[in-house]
Amino acid sequence: MATVKAAPGSRLGEEWHAHALKSQEAKEQWSLLSLAIPALLVIFLVIVIPVGWLFYLSFIGKDGMPSLEHYQKMIEYKSYARVFMTTFQVSLLTTLICIVLGYPLAYFLALLPSRWAGIFMLAVLLPFWTSLLVRTYAWLVLLQKKGLLNDFAIELGLWDEPIKLVHNMLGTLIGMAHIMLPFLVLPLYGAMKKIDRDLMHAAANLGASPVKAFWQVYFPLSMPGMVSGSLIVFVLCLGFYVTPAVLGGGKVTMVSTQITAILENQFDWGAASALGVVLLIATLLVLYLAAKIFKFDAALFGKG
Amino acid sequence: MSWWTRPASDTQVRHGDRFWLYVLACIIMLLLVLPTFIVVPMSFSDSQYLEFPPSTWSSRWYEVYFGSTKWMRATVTSLTIGFLTMLVATPLGTMAAYALFVSSHRVSKAIFMLLITPMIVPVILIAIGAFYAFGRVGLNNTISGLVLAHTAIALPLVMIVITAALRSYDLNQERVARSLGATRLKAFFLVTLPQIKFSVVTAALLSFLTSFDEVIIAIFVSGGVNATLTKHMFSALRDFIDPTIAAISTIMVLISSILLLLTQFIGGRR
Repeated sequence: MATVKAAPGSRLGEEWHAHALKSQEAKEQWSLLSLAIPALLVIFLVIVIPVGWLFYLSFIGKDGMPSLEHYQKMIEYKSYARVFMTTFQVSLLTTLICIVLGYPLAYFLALLPSRWAGIFMLAVLLPFWTSLLVRTYAWLVLLQKKGLLNDFAIELGLWDEPIKLVHNMLGTLIGMAHIMLPFLVLPLYGAMKKIDRDLMHAAANLGASPVKAFWQVYFPLSMPGMVSGSLIVFVLCLGFYVTPAVLGGGKVTMVSTQITAILENQFDWGAASALGVVLLIATLLVLYLAAKIFKFDAALFGKG
Repeated sequence: MSWWTRPASDTQVRHGDRFWLYVLACIIMLLLVLPTFIVVPMSFSDSQYLEFPPSTWSSRWYEVYFGSTKWMRATVTSLTIGFLTMLVATPLGTMAAYALFVSSHRVSKAIFMLLITPMIVPVILIAIGAFYAFGRVGLNNTISGLVLAHTAIALPLVMIVITAALRSYDLNQERVARSLGATRLKAFFLVTLPQIKFSVVTAALLSFLTSFDEVIIAIFVSGGVNATLTKHMFSALRDFIDPTIAAISTIMVLISSILLLLTQFIGGRR
């Protein structure tokens, strides 16, 4: 192959070089990607294989033959419909509470000069870093019949008898909203920080009042952050277990608590798996629809 | 001109006009922070029942905690699992994040999506799936089983932190090092890693805390002598309100506060 080597400037030589570079590039790319193999292995062992296994189990009937009985039961029995209703209700209400409380907070943080924002941000980050079990426990202590909140309200004369604030839907919502709020505030704050302040100046310059400028310029521009934050909260709520189990006191049955109840009481892996599969599909459906409607980049889905 | 009438921004709003927002935001921040700290005074109460403010103060619940073999054993287990998860998840996640960030290959986006699935799949499903699959290979109730499961849920967090760090880092610096003769490995360790090291530390702390605080997978996968602190706490919460939990909670709040301030300090130096 003397002709190839001898002509570095010729067309043939260039082609040869291009070819060699290309194959080297491909080799380099693959060796680079192989760095992700250990992480992929972990995901396969913990997520892909076990969840796939559950998927398979959900189609196996009590007699060990393939069947759709677990899914049929879900359609036939009203109790399942109630569980799904409760799950969606809790998730939706929690998301709404988080929006109502989170938007003013994120707006306040975004207005602050960055030095102060960093300090006030600790109020959002500290709960984010604290064990959710500890926070759930704190609410249990605060909301119980002889708890701080009841004592305080009676002393102030807000109500006379201790009222039931926990082991019901109210307690669950309070606890869930407290735990989910940082997940909404962090992306929302990020989106607000990206809004160009000059746009507000322009609006003022063109005669808009501060209120009008806020609703017509700032608010629409903060929507992407609000959508991604709400989405994270909603999706996390769908599969939440600890807070409804502790603060719901057995009265708020969500899909996750139902799954553990089935496993604890009946040891029915098929039924539990089927519920889990439906929960996963519902989660993916929400993400898919949100991506379709809001053109939301799923790769941005993350905690912060 | 007082602060009240001074313009709050370059537009026409005065601080006074916006004072309601400041008050509202402060109330919401108090609502976020106070419930967490309520456990601190409670833990120093002498009473069986949780009263506030405690009528008599004592450290008896700390004595119960530190004197109990069950709680001590669970604490050591949780710390061990958290530490091992950190040691595994941080390098694995950093390697993967680096590879997927640098690579321009078509499949890299698909791999990234696959690696962050633990954030999308409901944790309860991961928990029962791991419980079922680990049961087949004898990994339930073992340290290594839980470390494996916790590594999976910590990986997306590590990847997100490291990817964000790489985004703000100029990769050309590594190209320069390589054009000067450094291998990719050497260029990474000598040029790239020192510049993203604070993010790597943050990712490590986050993966430790993710494992240390994790409840649902621990309830299913851990057990027996290797049951975690959170598993014991959860069963204690469901049955009755044991003031020992307040003492443990106080210690856990202390740990997360220290770790958070550490990351803020690191972040400030960046």
